[in-house]
Amino acid sequence: MDALFLSRLQFAITPFIHFLFVPLTIGLAFMLAIMETIYARSGDIMYQKMAKFWGKLFLINFIAGIVTGIVLEFQFGMNWARYSEYVGDIFGSLLAIEATGFFFLESTMIGVWIFGWKKLSAKAHAVVMWLVAIATAGSAFWILTANAWMQHPTGFEIRNGRAELVDFGAVLMNPTAVWSIIHTVSASMTIAAFFVMGISAWHLIKKTDMRFFTTSFKIALVIGTMGLAGVLGAGDMQGAEVARVQPAKLAAMESHWETTEKAPMHLITWPDAENEQNAFEFVTVPGALSFLAFKDFNQPVTGLKDIPVDERPPVAITFVSFRLMVGIGMAMIALIGFGWLRWKNLTGPKWYLWLLVWFIPLPYLAANLGWILTEVGRQPWLVYGVMKTADGVSPGLQTSQVAFSLTVLTLLLTVITVLVVYLIVKHCRKGPAAIEE
Amino acid sequence: MFLEGLWFYLWGLLWAMYFVTDGFDLGVGMLLPFLGKDEISKRTLYNATGPLWDGNEVWLITAGGVTFAAFPKTYAVMFSSFYTALTLLLVALMIRGLSFEFRSKADGPGWKKACDVCQFLGSGLTALLIGVAFANIFRGLPIEDGIFKGGFLSLLNPYGIAGGLFFITVFLLHGALWLVLKTEGVLYDKARRAASGLWIAVLLVTVVFLAYSYIETKLYANYFARPGLFILPIAAVVALLMCRFYMSKKFDWKAWFASAVFIIAATFFCITGLYPNMLPSRIDPVHSITAHNAASTPLTLTVMLVVVIIFIPLVLAYQIWAFHLFREKIDQEEFIY
Repeated sequence: MDALFLSRLQFAITPFIHFLFVPLTIGLAFMLAIMETIYARSGDIMYQKMAKFWGKLFLINFIAGIVTGIVLEFQFGMNWARYSEYVGDIFGSLLAIEATGFFFLESTMIGVWIFGWKKLSAKAHAVVMWLVAIATAGSAFWILTANAWMQHPTGFEIRNGRAELVDFGAVLMNPTAVWSIIHTVSASMTIAAFFVMGISAWHLIKKTDMRFFTTSFKIALVIGTMGLAGVLGAGDMQGAEVARVQPAKLAAMESHWETTEKAPMHLITWPDAENEQNAFEFVTVPGALSFLAFKDFNQPVTGLKDIPVDERPPVAITFVSFRLMVGIGMAMIALIGFGWLRWKNLTGPKWYLWLLVWFIPLPYLAANLGWILTEVGRQPWLVYGVMKTADGVSPGLQTSQVAFSLTVLTLLLTVITVLVVYLIVKHCRKGPAAIEE
Repeated sequence: MFLEGLWFYLWGLLWAMYFVTDGFDLGVGMLLPFLGKDEISKRTLYNATGPLWDGNEVWLITAGGVTFAAFPKTYAVMFSSFYTALTLLLVALMIRGLSFEFRSKADGPGWKKACDVCQFLGSGLTALLIGVAFANIFRGLPIEDGIFKGGFLSLLNPYGIAGGLFFITVFLLHGALWLVLKTEGVLYDKARRAASGLWIAVLLVTVVFLAYSYIETKLYANYFARPGLFILPIAAVVALLMCRFYMSKKFDWKAWFASAVFIIAATFFCITGLYPNMLPSRIDPVHSITAHNAASTPLTLTVMLVVVIIFIPLVLAYQIWAFHLFREKIDQEEFIY
C-alpha cells in the first residue's frame, strides 16, 4: 500500500462512478431533444409532459455527472503530476478545448433549460436541449480523443524531456479516437434507451399512463436499435484497431498465448497467466481471431508469450471484462429484437417487461466493463509505449494524503450514487401524473 | 516569449472571470443561513442563482484546464502541492452542486436541512480554500525541484488565512449585491442591509490584505519597477468606492457591476504582481515555476489561442444572454428549486 497503488485505486474508482452518470446524460439529452421537437411541431402536450418527466430523471443524473467529473480534471494534477507535466502539451490542451468549447455550452444551457420553460417558446426550449445534447457529444469527442492519445499516441515528439505536439491534425485524426467516440456515444444512446424502456416497461406492467409509456418505449426502441448498431459496428473496428496498435491488449482480451497463423478463438476458456497458457479450451474456431483482428483467416496474431512479461496487462481482468461486455451486448440484441416483434402491442408479455426492468443496470455494467478492458488492457502503460503508469505518479505524494482522499472520495461518490438511484426510483414511481403542466 | 506572456494574462483573466461569476453564487450560498429564515426566503436564494451557477462554475474548470494546457508544469506542481486542500475543495464543490438540484427532489425537513448545510458549507469552504491557496501562491510555496516540501497545515499560515477571509468577504458582498437585484420586499431590505455591512468589511480586509501583502509577498516589486501599473490597485479601490456610492443611490445593477470590476481589478493587481512567476518558490527563486519555464510549446499555445479566440467570445455571448434572460426579480410563483 503506497501512494502509487492508492492513486491507481482512486483513479479506478472515480471514473467508474463518473461513468455511471455520463452515458445517460448523453443518450437521454438526445431523446429529450427529440421529444421536445415533436411537441414544438405537433403541439401534442403529451410530448411536453414526456420531456418534463424524463427531464426530471435526467437532471438528477446530470448533476451527479457534473460534480463527479470535476474530480477527474483535478486528479490528473493531484495524483499524476509527472504524467501531467510530461503530456500536458497535448493531453492538457484536449481537456481545455473540451471545457472551453463544450462543457461551457452544456452547463450554461442546462440552467436555461431548467428555468426556461415559461421564458422561452416551445421551439426555443427544444433548441436549448439540442444544444445541451450536442455539447455532451462534443465533450465526449474531446475527452475520448484525449483518452485515445493515451491508447495510441500520435502527432508528437519526445523533446525537452516531455511529449511535445508536432502535428495537431494527427492527434485529432487518430483512428483509435474515431472508433472509440462512435462506440461510446452509441453505447450512451443504448444505455439511455434501456433506461427508458425499463422504466416504461414497469409502468406498462402497472398499466399507468399507457399511451405515454408506449410512446416513450417506442422512441427508446428506435434510439436503442441505432445505438446498438453503432456499438457493434464501431466495436468491430475497434477490435481491428487494437490488433494494429495494441497487440498486448488484444492478446489479453482473447487470452491468446502463442503467436500463430490462423489464430483461433475459444468459446469457453480460462487464462492461466502463471503457466502462460489457458487452463482449458472448448469449442475452438480456428482462424476466428485472425479474421476478427485482420479480416483474414491466415494472418498471424501476436501471442502474449511474444510480449515481454513486464509489458503484459493483467490477463484475467482484461479477458473477463471483454467476454462479459460482449455477453451483455448479445442479450441487448435479443431484447431489442424482441421489442420490434412486439411493436404493435407493447403491453406484454409480462416476463419480457419485467426482464427489461431488471435489465436496466446491465448496459451500465457493459459500458464500464468496456472501460476496464480499455484501461486495464493498456497497462502497464499510461501512454502506450511512451510512459508507464508507475512513472506518472506525483513525486512527493504522501501515502497518508492519498489514503485520506481515497477514503473521502469513495465514500462521497458512493453516497451520491445511492442518492441518485433513490431519487430516480422515487420519481419513477410517482410517474408523469406528478408533473405540473 | 510573447505567447507565454500573453497566456499568463489570459490565465489571469480566466481566474478573474471565475471569481466574478461563481463569486456571487458562492456568496449567496454563504448567506443562506443568515437571509434564508423561512422556506420561501430560502427557496428565493436557491432560485436567485439556480439558472446560472453551473455555467459560472465552468470558469473554474476552464481555468484549471487552461493551466494544464498552457502551463503543464504549473498545473502539475500546483495541483499536487495543494493535494489535501483540493480534496476538500472537491468535496465542497460536490456537496454544493448536489444541494441545488437535490433539494427540491425530495420532501422532509431533514432532507432540506441537509441540503442547506451542504449549500452553506460547500460555498464557504470553496471560497475559503481558493483564497488560502492563492494567498499561499502570492506568499511563495516551499517547492524544490517541483516537489512541495510543506504539509497541508503549512498553508494555514496567517497570511494564507487572511487570503481566505478576503475571498469570503468579497464573495459575500458580491452575493448580497446579487440578491439585492433578485429580491423584493423584506428580503430586498435585508440584502441591502447585509451589503452595507459587508461593504465595510470588504474595505477593511482590502486595506489589511494590501498592507499585509506588502510585508509578506513580493507582489509590489513589479509596481515599484513600473509605477504606471499602480493604476490597477487604484482602479480596484475606486471601483469599491463607486460600489458604495451606487448602493446608497439604489442603483442596484451598477453597484453589482462595480463589485465585479473591483474583483477583476483586484485579481489583475495580484496577477501582475506575480508575473512572471506562477508558483514562486520560498526555498530558492531558481525553483520558482514561471510562465516561461512551465509553458507548453509555441505550437500548443498557438492552437489554444485560436481556440480561446473563437470560443471565449461565444461563451461570453451566450452567458450574457442567459444572465439577461434571468435578469428579473424572483417570483415565488415560479420557483423551480
